[in-house]
Amino acid sequence: MDRPFGMLAELTYACPLHCPYCSNPLNLADYSNELATEEWQRVLAEARELGVLQLHLSGGEPLQRRDLVELVASARNLGFYTNLITSALGLSRRRAEELRTAGLDHVQISIQADEQSLSDRIAGTPSYERKVAAARMVKELDWPLTMNVVIHRHNIDRMGRILDLAEDLGADRIELANTQYYGWAKRNRAALLPSRTQLDRAEDVVRAARRRLDGKMEIIYVIPDYYSKFPKPCMGGWGKNQLTVTPNGNVLPCPAAHTLELPRATVREHSLAWVWEESPLFQRFRGTEWMPEPCRSCDRREVDFGGCRCQAFQLTSDAARTDPVCHLSPDHEIVAEVVRAANQETDKGEAELVPRVIPGRGTSTNHSPTGSLGSERSVP
Amino acid sequence: MSVTVQATNRPRLARLVRLDWDPVRESHVVLAPEGVLVLNQTGATILRLCDGDRTVVEIVEELRARYDRVASDEVGEFLGRLADKRWVELDDG
Repeated sequence: MDRPFGMLAELTYACPLHCPYCSNPLNLADYSNELATEEWQRVLAEARELGVLQLHLSGGEPLQRRDLVELVASARNLGFYTNLITSALGLSRRRAEELRTAGLDHVQISIQADEQSLSDRIAGTPSYERKVAAARMVKELDWPLTMNVVIHRHNIDRMGRILDLAEDLGADRIELANTQYYGWAKRNRAALLPSRTQLDRAEDVVRAARRRLDGKMEIIYVIPDYYSKFPKPCMGGWGKNQLTVTPNGNVLPCPAAHTLELPRATVREHSLAWVWEESPLFQRFRGTEWMPEPCRSCDRREVDFGGCRCQAFQLTSDAARTDPVCHLSPDHEIVAEVVRAANQETDKGEAELVPRVIPGRGTSTNHSPTGSLGSERSVP
Repeated sequence: MSVTVQATNRPRLARLVRLDWDPVRESHVVLAPEGVLVLNQTGATILRLCDGDRTVVEIVEELRARYDRVASDEVGEFLGRLADKRWVELDDG
């Protein structure tokens, strides 16, 4: 059996942002009973024994955990490469220096656009100035920095300027990833999915920037899989390289897999090794035996692994079907229809963007988000 | 984009990455933001010699002193692949 290389530790789903493409679960209240520091430390030790080398600390906003520095120190002592994925809200200089001392290897800061009004509007809270200041501070502390930008219909035409900003901030890498349509993002799909014309222009921008910045800044660009001929090789295969641990200790083969109707596996009841090796959840779509046609006899079955199980479930109500993104899928028309719609109207969207509602932790010292999920509200 | 490694380059590991020993896999590994590379013995030896001081020629010479068969183009290709990923920087001598 393969050993996992990477673990995404979703420390909390509390988050100061309200991004309309939020990928966290819709039912956040189910996750409020967060793992305590000692529980995470046990999970980290078990993960290292299992072979995990890269630890991605994420959320929600991981800075909302008061024990973040302690967890980073534990992780570094265990030998992990530690990566913080953050909105940068809450990254004071003192906290940053503490994290640096604790051995944090790499920082990824999200930004929503290249200018304040749009960035703040997408984030649903004033945050742009603080993000830019935090990015500069990260470079002052001589840290490797990746800028993360979720790309969609409202910012894709500004990618050139977003790249200029990242260059100006001295980022080592930038990830320009089109929205993936899970969770809250699915609700906003029609308002977020770019048109083919927008995507073509964006590809030109990326090509030119890669030439110009070769050797200076690495540019990762991910198109929306709805426009791909073949599906994405989700997580590099189910239960093959990666695992995710949610704030309450559930273990998942991919961060979206909580949507699937499969038996739960949690570190509160089992060891991480048992979950990886034995649990029905991790065995369910491992390998190629589970595959239906056309995947089963496809030459690419070990390349893209039938695509994303969560997307198959979301679009067809059957997680064991071929990802409808694949042009060979019998359900491909579902995706083709959405893409056609994205290319018909030129002026759809802004009023339809529904910001994510998140029970905030605010400045409270309590680790458990106290609020429940509020009602949705629309942008006027 | 493919990087050509020159004999006079003085390669070193990029700041973003770390060379480490993984007791679980009993191998040296390169740890980077976006991935992990499990190294064989020769790969690990090459990277330990990439100190930004030794040239590629000097690295090949040191390897030849330790191992029977070392092709200089193999070292160049290995470092070129890592330079493509920006895990290795090739400073000119």
